[in-house]
Amino acid sequence: MSLSKDQVNDIAKLARLTIDANEVDDVVDKLSRIVAFVDQLQAAPTDGVVPMAHPLNTSQRLRPDTVTESDERDRYQANTSSLRDGFYVVPKVID
Amino acid sequence: MSQVNAALHLRTLCELRAGLRDGEFSATELTEALLSRIDSAGSELNAFITLTGEQALATARDADKALARGGDVGPLTGLPIVHKDLFCTRGVLTTCGSHILDTFVSPYDAAVVERLANAGAVMLGKSNMDEFAMGSSNETSYFGDVKNPWDLSLSPGGSSGGSAVAVAARLVPAATGTDTGGSIRQPAALTGTTGIKPTYGRVSRYGMVAFASSLDQAGVITRSAEDAALLLGIMAGFDERDSTSSQEPVPDYSAALDRPLKGLRVGIVREHFDEGLDEENERLVKAAVAVLEEQGATTVEVSLPNINLSVPTYYVVAPAECSSNMSRFDGVRFGHRAENPVDLMDLYCRTRSEGFGAEVKRRIMTGTYVLSAGYYDAYYLQAQKVRQLISQDFKSAFEQVDVIAGPTTPTPAFALGDKTDDPITMYLNDIYTIGANLAGLPGMSIPCGLVGGLPVGLQLVGPQFSEETLLSCAHQYQQLTDWHKEIPEGF
Repeated sequence: MSLSKDQVNDIAKLARLTIDANEVDDVVDKLSRIVAFVDQLQAAPTDGVVPMAHPLNTSQRLRPDTVTESDERDRYQANTSSLRDGFYVVPKVID
Repeated sequence: MSQVNAALHLRTLCELRAGLRDGEFSATELTEALLSRIDSAGSELNAFITLTGEQALATARDADKALARGGDVGPLTGLPIVHKDLFCTRGVLTTCGSHILDTFVSPYDAAVVERLANAGAVMLGKSNMDEFAMGSSNETSYFGDVKNPWDLSLSPGGSSGGSAVAVAARLVPAATGTDTGGSIRQPAALTGTTGIKPTYGRVSRYGMVAFASSLDQAGVITRSAEDAALLLGIMAGFDERDSTSSQEPVPDYSAALDRPLKGLRVGIVREHFDEGLDEENERLVKAAVAVLEEQGATTVEVSLPNINLSVPTYYVVAPAECSSNMSRFDGVRFGHRAENPVDLMDLYCRTRSEGFGAEVKRRIMTGTYVLSAGYYDAYYLQAQKVRQLISQDFKSAFEQVDVIAGPTTPTPAFALGDKTDDPITMYLNDIYTIGANLAGLPGMSIPCGLVGGLPVGLQLVGPQFSEETLLSCAHQYQQLTDWHKEIPEGF
């Protein structure tokens, strides 16, 4: 199956990516090849097969709801380039 | 430097351990010798993203003090190791081979890093890799291609290419790696090294930057199965910080190495020898199986009827999980941030478009597509069902055999640039390795010969938590053959 330019631009938008105009054709071509390749799964007979989400047959483990970590905010925030008064700064969201 | 120290890079981890304990050389001398070797012999290979020489020498001096005091010291005291650059290392750059993290200094250590450090290991640096482990040739790294020491025009494989090359070129005795679809086993095969990917959940994923969470697993690349057993015994085990960490007890892998091959039932997968496998690779893999048979192992032909669907299944499941994991890279809390964004959407889109390379973007978009409304059932759900079929095929096979032996890759190492134009050709390189990830099984690659001067790997795959069988089988093979001792010319 071949994807259209519009489809690829929509996917990019959902994925929060922008595609340069001069790269669109190459991205459309390669993504179309990948989709065509995985399309062969459609022919596999899977009626009644239970989907496998995870390799280990175990249930999710729970732990007591207690604080286990110390406050390391300053150290964690050392990796951002935009910080004010201990808060991350992003472009204005609400007018 | 004495003559002894000049040859330290040729020794395995277990040999170095004996030398350190006997006082033949110090941890500081060993560290200095390897750092100088990395600087000289390693200069053209681009195997490292970061070297941590000063930190390593400080750790080595502490190791020397501990060894001098005597008594109980950690099992890896003074022994050098390199970490793939997607393991978080506290205070040290952790880039995942990506521009988006090229200034990221991790505030904490990954569980693997922590366990090896607590055992006394000396970290020499962080190895180069495909960006976020998405690649099979090490060509998707933001930090440039890694060169294969067997021929500098060839790819070492990937994504743990830097780790494999550092070990193959005798720059370090051992390195950590991760394997989501073959990223330890394939580069191990293409560089003539020994690599093991344990059972899913065997080693904690805490602090290992996620690519596809239901497939990712940490392991090691070494020069012998004996060294792999030593390291895996320390890395493996329950960790409450990883929600999928297994509580299965960790056996003594080193003690299992001497298990005889007699009576071992070795499965030969019919589908492995269909089209696509290089004739010479096939000949060497069959010769390796014959060595196991001579020692009393029996072979049984088995079938994995859905294995030909493993690569397309993987290229739905892995990108789906990748698209969700990669959403954390938004330019706000860490990593690259686009300059002067006009609004939040612009910040996200430009940060990600500038920060990610082409292959990572392709996988994010593939994953976004297969998870999007209207396509989820047809692709993602269908892939999960086929994954179940593949997993059941392995279960049936392991009712008849203890281990499956076959090729790790279809061919020896390929030229850099050869497969970059067609993603599908590149993806098919992992045709023999992906099944183990989908089913969560342990897999191992060991050198089994040379074709035209290039190494070929024998892959062993076992049922879940059968690492002892793989390691003992590999160790016994390495007692009978010397392929793992072959060194690339000039190194």
